[in-house]
Amino acid sequence: MSETLPRDTATTGPGETDDVLVRVSDLVKYFPVRGGGLISRTVAHVQAVDGVSLTIGRGQTIGLVGETGCGKSTLARCIAGLIPTTSGTVTFEGHNITNLPRRQMQPYRREIQMIFQDPYGSLNPRRRVGSIIGDPFAVHKTASGSKRKRAVQELMERVGLNPEHFNRYPAEFSGGQRQRIGVARALALRPKLIICDEPVSALDVSIQAQVLNLLADLQADYGLSYLFIAHDLEVVRHVSDSVVVMYLGRIAEAGPKDPVYDAPRHPYTNALLSAAPAADPEAAASRQRIILTGDVPSPINPPSGCRFHPRCPKAQELCSQQDPPLEVKAGDPSTHVTACHFPVQEGEVLARSGRTSGGQPR
Amino acid sequence: MGLTRFLIRRILSGIVVLWVVSTAAFFLFFGRNPEIVARQLAGRAATTAILQEVTRNLGLSQPILTQYWHFLDRTVHGNLGLSYYNGGVTVASIVGRDLPRTASVLVGGVVLWLAVGLAVGILSATRARSLFDRLATVGVLVGLSMPTFVLGEILLLAIYLPLNENGYHFINTGYVGLSSGFVPWAEALILPWITLATVQAAVYTRLSRGSLLDTLGEDYIRTARAKGLSERRVIYRHALRGALTPVVSQLGIDVGVLLGGVIVVEQVFGVGGLGQDAVGAISNGDLPLILAFVMLAAAFVVIANILVDLLYAVLDPRVRIS
Amino acid sequence: MSISEIEFQASTVEDAPAEGIQGRSQWALTWRRLRRDKLAVASMIVIVLIAACAIAAPAFAALVGHAPNTVYPNTGLSASGGPVSPGTHGFFLGTDELGRDLFVRIVYGAQISLFVGIITTLIATVAGVSLGLITGYFGGWVDGILARFIDSVLAFPYIVLALSLAVVFGPSLPIVIGVISFFSWAGISRVVRGQALSIKEREYIEAARSLGAGPWRIMFIDILPNLLAPVLVLATLSIPAAITFEATLDYLGLGVPPPTATWGNILSGAQSYYSVAWWYLVFPALALVITTIAFNLLGDGVRDAMDPRTERVFAAGRRKRKKRTPATDTPTPQLPDPPRQAMPPTA
Repeated sequence: MSETLPRDTATTGPGETDDVLVRVSDLVKYFPVRGGGLISRTVAHVQAVDGVSLTIGRGQTIGLVGETGCGKSTLARCIAGLIPTTSGTVTFEGHNITNLPRRQMQPYRREIQMIFQDPYGSLNPRRRVGSIIGDPFAVHKTASGSKRKRAVQELMERVGLNPEHFNRYPAEFSGGQRQRIGVARALALRPKLIICDEPVSALDVSIQAQVLNLLADLQADYGLSYLFIAHDLEVVRHVSDSVVVMYLGRIAEAGPKDPVYDAPRHPYTNALLSAAPAADPEAAASRQRIILTGDVPSPINPPSGCRFHPRCPKAQELCSQQDPPLEVKAGDPSTHVTACHFPVQEGEVLARSGRTSGGQPR
Repeated sequence: MGLTRFLIRRILSGIVVLWVVSTAAFFLFFGRNPEIVARQLAGRAATTAILQEVTRNLGLSQPILTQYWHFLDRTVHGNLGLSYYNGGVTVASIVGRDLPRTASVLVGGVVLWLAVGLAVGILSATRARSLFDRLATVGVLVGLSMPTFVLGEILLLAIYLPLNENGYHFINTGYVGLSSGFVPWAEALILPWITLATVQAAVYTRLSRGSLLDTLGEDYIRTARAKGLSERRVIYRHALRGALTPVVSQLGIDVGVLLGGVIVVEQVFGVGGLGQDAVGAISNGDLPLILAFVMLAAAFVVIANILVDLLYAVLDPRVRIS
Repeated sequence: MSISEIEFQASTVEDAPAEGIQGRSQWALTWRRLRRDKLAVASMIVIVLIAACAIAAPAFAALVGHAPNTVYPNTGLSASGGPVSPGTHGFFLGTDELGRDLFVRIVYGAQISLFVGIITTLIATVAGVSLGLITGYFGGWVDGILARFIDSVLAFPYIVLALSLAVVFGPSLPIVIGVISFFSWAGISRVVRGQALSIKEREYIEAARSLGAGPWRIMFIDILPNLLAPVLVLATLSIPAAITFEATLDYLGLGVPPPTATWGNILSGAQSYYSVAWWYLVFPALALVITTIAFNLLGDGVRDAMDPRTERVFAAGRRKRKKRTPATDTPTPQLPDPPRQAMPPTA
């Protein structure tokens, strides 16, 4: 059990002189929707990711937040090479790894690993835990026999599991322990980047802390980078150096965590933050909740212009016509970018959303 | 899609299937070395003269494609060739004589098995875990484990023989045409029907029981019950329709099994239908007869499947829309 | 609460390792449950006995002094030339119309039945699992073609194929094995394909891909272990179906040709003589039916042992700890009730 304190604010952010591990440029992923009829044609596209660019630096944690359906999981899988992209590039340490055939992608898989959300679904129930954790060694042929067993047991110990349990089945472990197994599996080949797809969302709050601390320790020990996907802002703030807020396939706002959390510019970010439980009861009482009305529009038929405009309390004519560029707004550090025509200013209080201007019915 | 379009499509594809099967069988049988074919047709004891005559009569020395063309040509005109072993009569006449027998066995057997299977299945489902249900389950086990021919022979031994020996002749083997009266016809067929039906009834009992239990667990049945409908109405007017669809689709698949069962039953009870003819034709090497049988079997399967699909569409309105 | 406060509280919860629970595999658990199932155990014993008889057939023949295919017209036929009844002149179960020892023939027949049953099941299982797994995983047009093909095979009247092959090649054991295997693999393949299609969408398969595992590794190391349960049930139930199928083919003269002693052949001969020699019919029939029932009960027991929630199909079974209302008395879909089409025709 780790004794380290919660992490300090990092001093580096994306795009700075520190080593860039992963660079995503204009990533687009559309899923075809096949229509009926005699021959199935593609009648529409689910625009899951629509032009996302970001960088992940060495030893950094980038938090990726957004509602369900905003495309963060799709983005993560595109970066991991699990689904093919429609356009755009992903580079790793300068090498283009976009849509590489499996054989060529293989060496990069050692460097980029994933941890999944569902502790019950992400482990094969019919395999022993030792075999599951040892899989990376087997696939990449880096260790076998007793060497592998030793490595697996070391990993188990490192993540806080009893190494003598390596012959057990996942069903015999609790949810938190299973996530640790997943972490051990991801850690096996000492990757440089671990993509964490909502790794603690399915866990009890008390367990979440343990797993998060584990991830923090590992980062400190091994210099890992994380792409940390979550929808819980508190968790993201706790673990990340920088935050990227996604909405309907696009980035709404991004930057080092303090500027974004303390001075969010995008109305969506404001709404998200206002809904997050606050630690200080007084601050919570005095805070105005911004209620966003309506559901997230379908990514098959996204709203015109700024995708958030149908739900935005500040939306105006321009918002439905022009897509706001992702740029630095007045008064922000150069690393804090927002995609909004009318960013929220210091001290501004957002009205409750009720506008219907701009097209999409709520 | 419309009923007519559906029918046309199925009939067309059925014709294609029929053509493919016939062609495959033809080439399998007659594509071999003509000498071997001739010898098989003429019999092991045939002299060279007979072999030559057979070869000439059937045109076996012609190129295979020519033979095939002749075969197609005469088949669509209803000429199925000659059966040497049956005194040179046309295969078509044999079919004409024996097809009604096979059909009798088939129809009676199917009706009986469906009736019994559904009845027992429904009763079992509605009285789940009762004594009746348990007995039925044991019956199912035995029925499923017993090959048709064994059951047939045992019925002969246990029912026909004692009855016959004691002067009760109402159960017969062999075949009596329907024209001689319904009762004699049925008397000769009752044992074959029971034999054919029992094994299959076992399957359908299990199937209908399971399907009905599943359906009874659905929400719309709960609603019907909540409306205060009597249990009988719930079952027969509401649940049964949904529960029958897997049974019907199973029927489509079982056509092939049914065919095998009919042939076995004919053999056991000496009904003298086409199945028995075909099996007998094996040792005689009577290729034209077997070829005719193959084609008829394929036609039967195709037609049966179309009928089953129609029945399915009647039961399940969703299918009609698609 | 903030995260830091939570973590302080959480320190004691997670760490207590689960002591004393051994990592029992699915198979060990299944075996334990199976052992406790009386019907299944009884079936297993019966099957072992039958197998023992089959293997020891030559010993039995030597014991009674009769060979299976040898006629004994002097001792084995009655004065009028008919078969003798059980117990006469050292013929334990009587003779057939040629004066052959029925008991010895039945015991030798067990060899063929068990051999065919097991070998066809093996072939069908290997072929069915491989094809189902491969096409289920890769999908695409290959899968589409295979699905159609499987449907055609399942709907195909076996008699037509058996007839055609028999008339062209002459009935023989290899033909029997070929025909039965051909009709058995399709059912297994269909189930395996369906399972593979659903399993490959699971997250742990995605995890395996993210590790860089190739399709073959994923198929055989990740997917296959999850398939083995339904496959085992299907395979166990395929054996009696194959035995029945083989007997039927023999009976019709499309299978193993006489004078080889197989149960189907014996019963075929019995048809003409049952009126004077009931033993000629009853004993081989008993052998066949008992064997089939035993395998069926065993298969049912295996399925029950693998997933106790599934309702027992064959045996009326012990009371389960389940509610009695009909609405819940439904077979759970966990392990597929081997669909009728999964087995070769038994009629």
